Amino acid sequence: MRKTFVRRSMTALALALLASSASAQKFEERIAPCLACHGEKGRSETDNTPSLGAQQAPYALIQLYMFREKLRVNEIMNEMAKPLNDDDLRTFSDFIAKLPKPAPPADAGDAARMARGQAAAAQHRCNTCHNPDYSGKENVPRIGNQREDYLAKTLAEYKSNTRAGYDASMADVMAPVTPEQIADLAYYIARVR
Amino acid sequence: MKSDIFAPRSLWLAGAFLGALTLNAAAQQPAASPAPSAAPAAAAPLPPGSPLIGRPADSEAAAKLAPIAPPPIPAAADKLPTAKLKVPAGFNIEVYASGIANARSLAEGDKGTIFVGSRLVGNVYAISTDKDGKRTVKTIASGLHRPNGVAFKNGTLYIAELSKISKVDNAEDNLGSPAKLVTIFDKLPKDEAHGWKFIAIGPDNKLYIPVGQPGNNVLHDNEHGLIRRINLDGSGDEVIARGVRNTVGFDWNPENKQLYFTDNGRDWMSEDVPEDELNRITKVGEHFGAPYCLQGNIVDPEFGWGKSCADYTAPVALLGPHSAALGMRFYTGKMFPTAYKNQIILARHGSWNRSKKVGGDVLLVTLNKDGTVKKTEPFITGFIEDNKYIGRPVDVMQMKDGSLLVSDDYNGAVYRVSYGKQKVADKK
Repeated sequence: MRKTFVRRSMTALALALLASSASAQKFEERIAPCLACHGEKGRSETDNTPSLGAQQAPYALIQLYMFREKLRVNEIMNEMAKPLNDDDLRTFSDFIAKLPKPAPPADAGDAARMARGQAAAAQHRCNTCHNPDYSGKENVPRIGNQREDYLAKTLAEYKSNTRAGYDASMADVMAPVTPEQIADLAYYIARVR
Repeated sequence: MKSDIFAPRSLWLAGAFLGALTLNAAAQQPAASPAPSAAPAAAAPLPPGSPLIGRPADSEAAAKLAPIAPPPIPAAADKLPTAKLKVPAGFNIEVYASGIANARSLAEGDKGTIFVGSRLVGNVYAISTDKDGKRTVKTIASGLHRPNGVAFKNGTLYIAELSKISKVDNAEDNLGSPAKLVTIFDKLPKDEAHGWKFIAIGPDNKLYIPVGQPGNNVLHDNEHGLIRRINLDGSGDEVIARGVRNTVGFDWNPENKQLYFTDNGRDWMSEDVPEDELNRITKVGEHFGAPYCLQGNIVDPEFGWGKSCADYTAPVALLGPHSAALGMRFYTGKMFPTAYKNQIILARHGSWNRSKKVGGDVLLVTLNKDGTVKKTEPFITGFIEDNKYIGRPVDVMQMKDGSLLVSDDYNGAVYRVSYGKQKVADKK
């Protein structure tokens, strides 16, 4: 599954890179490989790959920049961002911000797990920076209704500092959060209404 | 080329991981096995490193405040706020160089190269000026971990990352190729909070290295909350000051060689106190109060029980609440009026932990003969517009010609302040 995904992504990537050599490439063509994995309508259907819908533009810009500069390491994204200039970063992040925000999943989730997740979010005050509705602000990302697998993966990476944030905030915040709490937080934030 | 620089990065990642584990252990928090009850748990203490420690619950105004991250892409030269920046009569301010993402600390080389560190984008830059006055910005190192600090002495550039100090020999001779960093000192903690460093070389030819408190307001071990110095080969490590929460700027009084340093006060105690500090070291090993005594006259509400401010060295000046007093240097040049001679010019990055922003300016701090502070007054203003930043000054540095450079990490630019009719930087 994972292999197929990587192969598919790399094919899309190769096509994208080939295409980008064409001088007057339309924006729709340039964004197509992004949407192939991240979802056409702001919601990703790909494992461990974030939904981008209505993401805060300043946050998206910072991440694209960090991918380009390899300050954030992800083989596919580092390659995708490599040819982008500063204006491209702005154009892509502004476009992402205008995609529809991901909707909460149809099922409301297990009540006990939702309650545990809500308690953990209150304990660690996620809503201070990410806002009470988890829509984020400026350089703080929208996390509400993000994919659960991606949320869990990201929180674990911040905790281990294998994903060094743009600044130190998340590394600090995650220090006392347990693996069980990470699972509950991801479950809750993915389904929050 | 880039991979050379990346090899050490995996080492710091490993180190940072250990650091996070240590921090976790130090938190001594119960590994909250969350109760499967439906009632949300009461908010437990935040981890020691969190900038949110102390945030009052249920305050709508407080919930709006969070650290402000500068954009990673520098502002275009024609979008810089230079025209809005105000300087005293007779002074001029102009763009010295732009396109320097997250420009932080400044150092001048023997041949006039200006080295610039960054905090969030991993780069160290060199600004060089050719004989026709044309200026070029080159990235001489990238992929570093929070390379905020730069210092220069006898042809060698010193770079401070989060937890190590490196040197680049003959740094001005090979600006076209990536700098070769050699680590000289790495006996430093790896905490992200207040881990970025300003560095400078003193009149004793030693390199001064601060280690901040690992969080907003925390009790910590003997390896934090201090300033230490080392010989330029990394030997002779010695702590010279304690009780320092987070200093990001210091310099030596040219008249008596005493070290003056800025220190940032804690957050979330209130809108108006404590204030940031200007301190002076008169003897090795002095304690400046943090986290027990704040701004010289307030015992900390949490850690101050049983403590007295009389037991700590008080600041020589208070610099405003949350104002983020960072870079400071004594002005020793001949270009500015004599009233500026041997006085302090000091940058306030500007507050985030305050509803109405303060700082976002550069001050002139005038001293009495005995080294105490006579007065502080604005020198450069205009970085705040409608309670928003249009730029944020970080470091100040006097060039050999007596003009003053000011870095702005929000716009990724360096400005130059000169006095008199001379409008353009010296064309060397």
